[in-house]
This record gives sequence, C-alpha cells and structure tokens, in this order.
Amino acid sequence: MFALRTALASFRRSPLLSALSITTIGFSLFAFGLFGLVAVNIRHALDTIDERVEIRAFVADGTPAEKLVNAASAIEGYPQVLRVDIVTQDQALVRARQELGEFSDVFDGQFLPASLDIHLKPGSRDPATVRAIAARLKGFLFVDDVRYGEEWISQLYKLRNIAGVAGAVLGLAFAAVAVIIIGTTIRMAVLARTKEISVMRLVGATDGFIRRPFLIEGTLKGVLGGLLALGMTWTAMNVLDHYLSFQTVFFDRGIAVLGALFGAAMGFAGSALSVGRHLRQV
Amino acid sequence: MIRFANVSKYYPRSGTALRGASFKLAKGEFAFLVGPSGAGKSTILKLSYFDEFPTEGEVCVGAYSSRSIRRRDVAKLRRRLGIVFQDFRLLEDRTAEQNVAFALHVTGANAATIPPKVSRALAQVGLASKASAMPLELSGGEQQRVAIARALVNDPFLLIADEPTGNLDERATRGVFQLLREINASGTAVLMATHNLELVRRSEYRTIELNEGEIVFDSADSPPRAIAQGA
Repeated sequence: MFALRTALASFRRSPLLSALSITTIGFSLFAFGLFGLVAVNIRHALDTIDERVEIRAFVADGTPAEKLVNAASAIEGYPQVLRVDIVTQDQALVRARQELGEFSDVFDGQFLPASLDIHLKPGSRDPATVRAIAARLKGFLFVDDVRYGEEWISQLYKLRNIAGVAGAVLGLAFAAVAVIIIGTTIRMAVLARTKEISVMRLVGATDGFIRRPFLIEGTLKGVLGGLLALGMTWTAMNVLDHYLSFQTVFFDRGIAVLGALFGAAMGFAGSALSVGRHLRQV
Repeated sequence: MIRFANVSKYYPRSGTALRGASFKLAKGEFAFLVGPSGAGKSTILKLSYFDEFPTEGEVCVGAYSSRSIRRRDVAKLRRRLGIVFQDFRLLEDRTAEQNVAFALHVTGANAATIPPKVSRALAQVGLASKASAMPLELSGGEQQRVAIARALVNDPFLLIADEPTGNLDERATRGVFQLLREINASGTAVLMATHNLELVRRSEYRTIELNEGEIVFDSADSPPRAIAQGA
C-alpha cells in the first residue's frame, strides 16, 4: 500500500519528469507500433492473396456428373481441403466470358472442359502441400490435367518468408530500441530520487521495499506510454487512410491489449534493471 | 554493543582510511570521535552501520558481525540505529512529520501507530509546532532536529552522528548537543564524530582521537589529556 502511494505520489511530485517519461515511452512504442501496423497490413495482404490459392483439376469430356459429385465428396474428405466446387462446361464458359470480357464473343459452345476447383484450408496452401494434393488428384482416371500455378505459389511463399524474417528482425530491432529508451528514461527517474533511496537505506529499508514503488511507477508509466502509442498509431493510420486513400487494417483488440501489456512489461523490466543497478552501486 | 577488533580499511584509490582500530562502546555510552579531516572518523561511523566493511579485522554491532551479516540483516540492524549527518539528508519535498514518518513506513510499521510516534518524536526534539513545515522553511538547527527525530522514532539502541553540528551556528549547536545528551541520558548510546573541540572539552564524555587512520588516544584507556591542537 505504501509502495502504491509512493509510486502515485512521485507522479504528483514530479509531473514534468513523469510526463516526459510517459511521452518518451509512448514515442518509442509508437515507432514500434507503426512497424507493427505495417507488418499486420502486409500479413493481411498476403492472407488475402493466399485465399486465392486453388487447384483446378480438369476432367475428361463425357465424365458422368455423378462421378464428379462422388469424387468431390471424396476430395473434401482430405484433411487439407476446405471446399470443392464442381464447375461444369457451361459454368466454365460463363466464367471465361466474365474473366476475359473483351474476348467474350470468341467463346462459343462447350469447348472448355469441366473441372473440380479445390480450395485449401489456411495453413495448407504452401507449395509442398499443393503439389502433393495435385499429384493425388492426377490419380483419378477421369482427370486430364491439374493446374495450380506452381511458380506463382512458390513466389508467394518466398515473399511471405522474406516478409516474415524481415519482420522478425526489424521487430526485434525496434523492440530493442524501445527497451533501451525506456530503460534510460526510467533510469533518469531513479537518479532523480537518489537521495530518497539513500535515506531509505539509512533508515533500514530492504532492497525489495525500495524497489517496489519504482516497479509500480515503471509499470504504470509503461501502460500509459503503451496507451499513448496505441492512440498515436491509430491517429496516424486514420490520417494516412484519409489523405492517401489507404485501406489500412488496425490491430485487433487482442493485439492492442498486448501492446499495452508490452508497454507495462517494458516499464517493469526497465525499472527492475535501473533500480537493481542503482542499488548495487550505492 | 559496538566492538572494533583490529579493524583496517583500505580503498583502492585513496589508500588506507583506518589501520588496526580496536575499541568497544558499551550500552548507553556516549563517545566522541575527533581528529583532523581524513583521520578516519567517518570511516568508523560507516563501518558501524555497515555501509562499509572492513578490509581486515571485525566489526560487531549488537548481535551482528561484519564477517557474517547478510544484506537483509543490514536493513534490520539499521532499523535499530539512528543515523544523523551534517547535511541532514531530509527529503525536501516532504513535511517534517512526513520525513519522520518515512522511517516508520520503511520498517512496515502499522499505519495506526505512526502518527502518535511521529508526534512524540517531534515533541522530543522541540518541533511539535513545526510538524507541517517543509525542510526549506526551517532553520539549519531545526532541520537537524527533524533529522534527529527521524533517527529517534524507531527507539534506536545506538545513535550515530557524523558532524551533526558542522553546519550549525553556535546557538543551534548548543541546542542540538543538549538534545543528544538528553537522548543519551534516556539510555541510547551515542557515537558522534565532530570537529567541534569546544563541545568535547566542555563535556565529560569519552573521547576517541584519530590521526591518519589510527586511534591515537582513547580516554577510556588513558588519563585525561589535552586534545591535540588543530584536531
């Protein structure tokens, strides 16, 4: 209780330093937040493209519809398969006319083959899985050909891997910068109270007792800095959307809460390190 | 209560601060530490509250020995000591009573018992009427009294004072010294480092004189003599 009162009192006693600390934490987490926003949006864009991954198995002319229905049902039983659409010759023609509007008058008659369009579950759209399913489909006697844009899928996954690694490295770098800035900020707050700490020690305070108010204060500053960063990130996103006509996706609630918790953890860790170091020195 | 057994203290940069110091301070005793600057007075005081540890020898304070005391026990011991400095070491953003109460809060004292103890300590040092004053609103003598009240509030068995009158004028010095005498009369041992030889000469208390890190005179062992000039 005394620790909490002391922590809150320190906000009151040095409002400028507290505001400076919170703002510094806010800005360092804001940089991290902006990076996070870019990462989330790249991921979202890749997921959207990812949903288009499908395997098309063209079937031989004259294959009975019943056979196609049975095959579709069997394929839907594969654990990696989300859905199978049966596309008849007529439907294939309609789709071709829609997709290639300017050549629509060229298409006439049932010259396009019917097909089974296989949609895969998220997590099963990688090149190896797609290749394996395609090979399996070729086993059906009525299947003439299987297409799945092998090169395109490989490129997509290469891009996804590069984005993942770059994201992790940049994320770690931003997090490290945030930790250093937050640690330095909190160290300033600790140094500003050197005298109080020395008096505490003289009158018999244990290290744990001395540490507690600083940990509470650091955690509170971290949470407030985290919330400030979230607010600034949200504002920046809206400004970009408004002036540059972006359609940005913001963090979902879980990630937003994680952001505030990350601020709290940074504040706590920064305080623990700074006070611990200070206590070892005095 | 305090026992220094052949204690030496060396610092890597500044060299020897104390060499082979041995003395005992009994329960309820009052002793002055005198000597020129750099003689080792403050080192003895710091060793007494385990802010420093001897390079050689052993310091015992109460039930604790410098050879075996743990960090946590240092905090426990300091709750039973009162420590006063020349520069008061008050928290300037807190009132006199908050400064005194601070010493009780850190010991985890029951909140209900704190106000009466603080009032009693401030009354004991004659500052009951200045409880809500900030340190900078008080004179040097009054600030030192607040520091003494903070030192007393936990009923210490030993009061350690490092030049407590060093920053005070003659009148304030007399007042603070009288206060220390009263505290000693009530049973608390006092170990006081001072440059003020006038105070030492006028009182009948034990005097331990240091020079260049060695105890050169202890009135408990020797017949009274004139304290070295310039000490």
